[in-house]
Amino acid sequence: MEFAELIKTPRVDGVVLHRPFMPTVEGTLCLTGHHLILSSRQDNTEELWLLHSNIDSIEKRFVGSVGSIIVKCKDLRVIQLDIPGMEECLNIASSIEALSTLDLVSLMYPFFYRPMFEVIEDGWNSFLPEAAFKDLESMTDEWRLSEVNKDFSVCPSYPPLVAVPKDVDDDTLRKVATFRHSGRFPVLSYYHKKNGMVMMRASQPLTGTNGRRCKEDEKLINATLRPGKRGYIIDTRTINVAQQAKARGGGFESEANYPQWRRIHKALERSNVLQESLIKLVEACNDQSHSMDRWLSKLEASNWQTHVKEILTTACLAAQCIDREGASVLVHGTEGTDSTLQVTSLAQIILDPACRTIRGFQGLVEREWLQAGHPFQQRCAQSAYSNSKPRQEAPVFLLFLDCVWQILRQFPCSFEFSESFLVLLFEHAYASQFGTFLGNSTAERAKLSLPEKTVSLWSWVNRPQELERLTNPLYEANSLVIWPSVAPQSLLLWEGVFLRWNRSSKCLDEAYEEMVHIIEYNKELQNKVNTLRRQLAQLETEDPLLQTP
Amino acid sequence: MEHIPTPKVENVRLLDRSSGQRKASTGTLYLSATHTIFVENNPETRKETWVLHSMVSSVERPPTIPAGSQLILRCKDFRVFQILIPQERDCLDVHASLVRLSRPEKYSELYCLSFNPNVNKEEREESWSFIDLMADYKRMGVPNNLWVTTAANSEYRVCDTYPSELFVPKSATPAIIVGSSRFRSRGRFPALSYFHQDTLAAVCRCSQPLSGFSGRCQEDEMMLQAVMKSNPGSDYIYVVDTRPKLNAMANRAAGKGYENEDHYSNIKLQFIGIENIHVMRSSQQKIIDVGEMRAPSMTDFLWGLENSGWLKHIKAILDAGVFISRAVADEGVSVLVHCSDGWDRTAQACSVASILLDPFYRTTKGLMVLIERDWVSFGHKFSHRYAHLDGDPKEVSPVIDQFLECVWQLSEQFPCAFEFNERFLIAVHTHVYSCHFGNFLGNCQKERRDMRLHERSHSVWPQLWKDRAEYANPLYKAELSQTQGVLRPNTTPYCFKMWKGLYNHVEKSTPPRQSPADFLSAVREETQQLEEELTNHQEVPPGGNAHHHLGSRQEDRSSDREANHMGEDGGSEEED
Repeated sequence: MEFAELIKTPRVDGVVLHRPFMPTVEGTLCLTGHHLILSSRQDNTEELWLLHSNIDSIEKRFVGSVGSIIVKCKDLRVIQLDIPGMEECLNIASSIEALSTLDLVSLMYPFFYRPMFEVIEDGWNSFLPEAAFKDLESMTDEWRLSEVNKDFSVCPSYPPLVAVPKDVDDDTLRKVATFRHSGRFPVLSYYHKKNGMVMMRASQPLTGTNGRRCKEDEKLINATLRPGKRGYIIDTRTINVAQQAKARGGGFESEANYPQWRRIHKALERSNVLQESLIKLVEACNDQSHSMDRWLSKLEASNWQTHVKEILTTACLAAQCIDREGASVLVHGTEGTDSTLQVTSLAQIILDPACRTIRGFQGLVEREWLQAGHPFQQRCAQSAYSNSKPRQEAPVFLLFLDCVWQILRQFPCSFEFSESFLVLLFEHAYASQFGTFLGNSTAERAKLSLPEKTVSLWSWVNRPQELERLTNPLYEANSLVIWPSVAPQSLLLWEGVFLRWNRSSKCLDEAYEEMVHIIEYNKELQNKVNTLRRQLAQLETEDPLLQTP
Repeated sequence: MEHIPTPKVENVRLLDRSSGQRKASTGTLYLSATHTIFVENNPETRKETWVLHSMVSSVERPPTIPAGSQLILRCKDFRVFQILIPQERDCLDVHASLVRLSRPEKYSELYCLSFNPNVNKEEREESWSFIDLMADYKRMGVPNNLWVTTAANSEYRVCDTYPSELFVPKSATPAIIVGSSRFRSRGRFPALSYFHQDTLAAVCRCSQPLSGFSGRCQEDEMMLQAVMKSNPGSDYIYVVDTRPKLNAMANRAAGKGYENEDHYSNIKLQFIGIENIHVMRSSQQKIIDVGEMRAPSMTDFLWGLENSGWLKHIKAILDAGVFISRAVADEGVSVLVHCSDGWDRTAQACSVASILLDPFYRTTKGLMVLIERDWVSFGHKFSHRYAHLDGDPKEVSPVIDQFLECVWQLSEQFPCAFEFNERFLIAVHTHVYSCHFGNFLGNCQKERRDMRLHERSHSVWPQLWKDRAEYANPLYKAELSQTQGVLRPNTTPYCFKMWKGLYNHVEKSTPPRQSPADFLSAVREETQQLEEELTNHQEVPPGGNAHHHLGSRQEDRSSDREANHMGEDGGSEEED
């Protein structure tokens, strides 16, 4: 298929662009296969380059012969284009609609994008499971890297290499996989160096209504327990939901068959509920005519903050079991690809200082989201403005980022990265020139040859100039476990995402720059003082006369 | 010791509920004439907790439990202490003492009249001259040919709740002032609150007119005309009635009300809709309850926040300030502000407007001046509103709390615009209630003069000024655009947050919470030491931001200005 077929009018002059908190721009609108471009052809005004894949939905309005297209983006921005000429407007609108809803992955922009920067380190190779396992090996010899899923046949959503208890062989793993939803057998998620406790993740066991059991499954997870110790299974579903899952062949670990494990049920919501919550929240944030009462009741009714609180609470629980109780933990929900990953990744942010560095956080997103098989393409196909009926869309990853932001806000000196890194990941998960978030699993990414045909987001991020932009000036390495407050008063609306386009950030940006300035000036002085001290010390050693008082 | 039959009780258990403390500590409870003091038994810490009697807002005695008798102490700064006393008899004594001591009947019982810091008479007098209101009027450019000082209220003859020194429009004769004051609630005639030099527009304040349904007063009409005439740039003024219109209309039945636009030429009447003190009192109680909720769900919390109405009220007050500041700064139109008596909502609206209009009031000293002017000197009834003495509970209301919160909400939107931090606002809040110093005693200037407070007590401002390093906002930067000129806040509902620093002590005390502000303050302090060390080597690099460096930069700028002036002079000579 040629993009040209979809572009009926490639160019319109005299288009006026309205953006929040920016002056209007008049210029020429161009449509290409992947971009909507508006240029005033003057040096001093900014151009607009918008990826079609970033467009969530559009609305058309006509006043006389001028048509307006309201473009609602997945990053929650809303812009308006006033287009002279009814026909041009209709043509542009239908082109945008077609180009922004292409289903074929291989037509996506990352396959066409050529980097304009030098790739210092290929991000596709930056976070391979082998490397992560090397770190693990330096701490413990109780685990091995299994190749059982080499050809993705045991579990299509797992990576080819997974860490499992050393004494469990591949045959056992194959049997366990048949007992777990979509073959997602328990694998290592995190090893807590301080006390040797581990966090594993899986999908639900397929016990069904008859209470099926699987000795190999029991053996596998028991192999992670120290003699005489009990572990915790955190089921992200309520007991009722877990019970109902039995009727569809799913279920949970019974006390009788797993006597060494204590099961705790939490109530993390599933995808369609979360998507609805996002839509309601964004709607509330975008209506500036609300009275205070109405705003607060809409915020409450969206339930977004409740989801944030519940996810963080569950992550704290997992972290507590490991760090305070000295117990190992297994986390799962139904498929083990959504709420499970929110919990395991946030628990690591709490427990492991390495995850709070820029590189460590990239590694976490790779391990616990991309390689762990979170279906990014399905979940991020539509954002808050979509008119079409949601299929498998859900802001699962956005909620995770929101939770990280909450911890970052409570511990502003403990993270190497700033809020802008989290916002960047949100944007790229929904629309990107990079191939990182395409596909739903490692298997799909391999099939699409993404590492060969597209550029990795990490290749771009891990360059000095980009890293500098994302670095938190307040960071001071902190080796402690950080326990966030999950009290409702401590959890705020993430303004950097949800109010980003609704209020001017000028004053907050100024404050941020001032903060950077204070710290940089301090460093500059420190360097100067240190240099002088060194010079003085040198003079003293060179000239013994100076030493005598 | 009157009122204290049992000054000391041992084996008392104390739980600071507001700080999120989980386990009570055991120790000895002492009652002094001024404080409740609890000393922990733990020989290592011997932690002491001091609670000033005047900070106690209520003492409850829940049913006795097997372990002993309980008391719950609620403080005006929203701390809550739970006390367990082994013997019921001791508990009854302590309860009776605290009930009596926390509700003084006479001013002479208040702490500031017995508090005697180690300073001599000169220092005490100096402490009272630390804030000089006349100097601030001079700073804003009055008196001038538009606004003049009047002797009409000397000895508080015309209005006993106003200050004796006031500024009025130049064309307002004593006859007009006296006539107008007779037509205004409590004689509170229109007087100057703030003069905006850039536009020559002014913010004035008064109380409601005694118009009833049809009453009018020629002098009052002339007074408003005079206010208008004192602004050469505009041919009308705004009259901002900060009450909801319904309340204002209801007042007409009692012979009060609001200005009839048919009788006053060239006024535009604007209602704002700030609720009365009774609504605010119950609203604050609800938000305190929200702060005290134990393990609330997000729904409980947000519902509680909405149901309290508190943020809605804060928004209304800020909106009033925004309306006034826009009229004055953008339209160049003078504004006359009133509510009913002109000492609560009017004080809020005028002082918020000043904060928005003038960067000086966003400095530490500026906020002190502003509180002294719009609140203390203009007769805000501190002793009634903050229950300094045992009195009518219906008079109590968190009026200044709301002003301080407006300032806090603004500081969240403009992080570099305020010289002081949240701690300063909370310190002011505490002192308003504590009666530790004499500033806020009584209900008007006359009352304070009659009590000879300047001779018998000390001023809080020099104390706070002494600790200004602790109250400094590290991000404050006078050169930034957000710091200079008029603040234009966004008052969309989502810009308002619950002020946790005031209503939620739990957050503050749970370690190891990190605060960027504290971190930056420490960095700045270190920077200053480094600069000093480098100055010794004459090596300070350009672009520094510590205080003495700022000074030198300002000098640069003033010398630039001089150069420009000289150039201009030269140019005009040539033209001649």
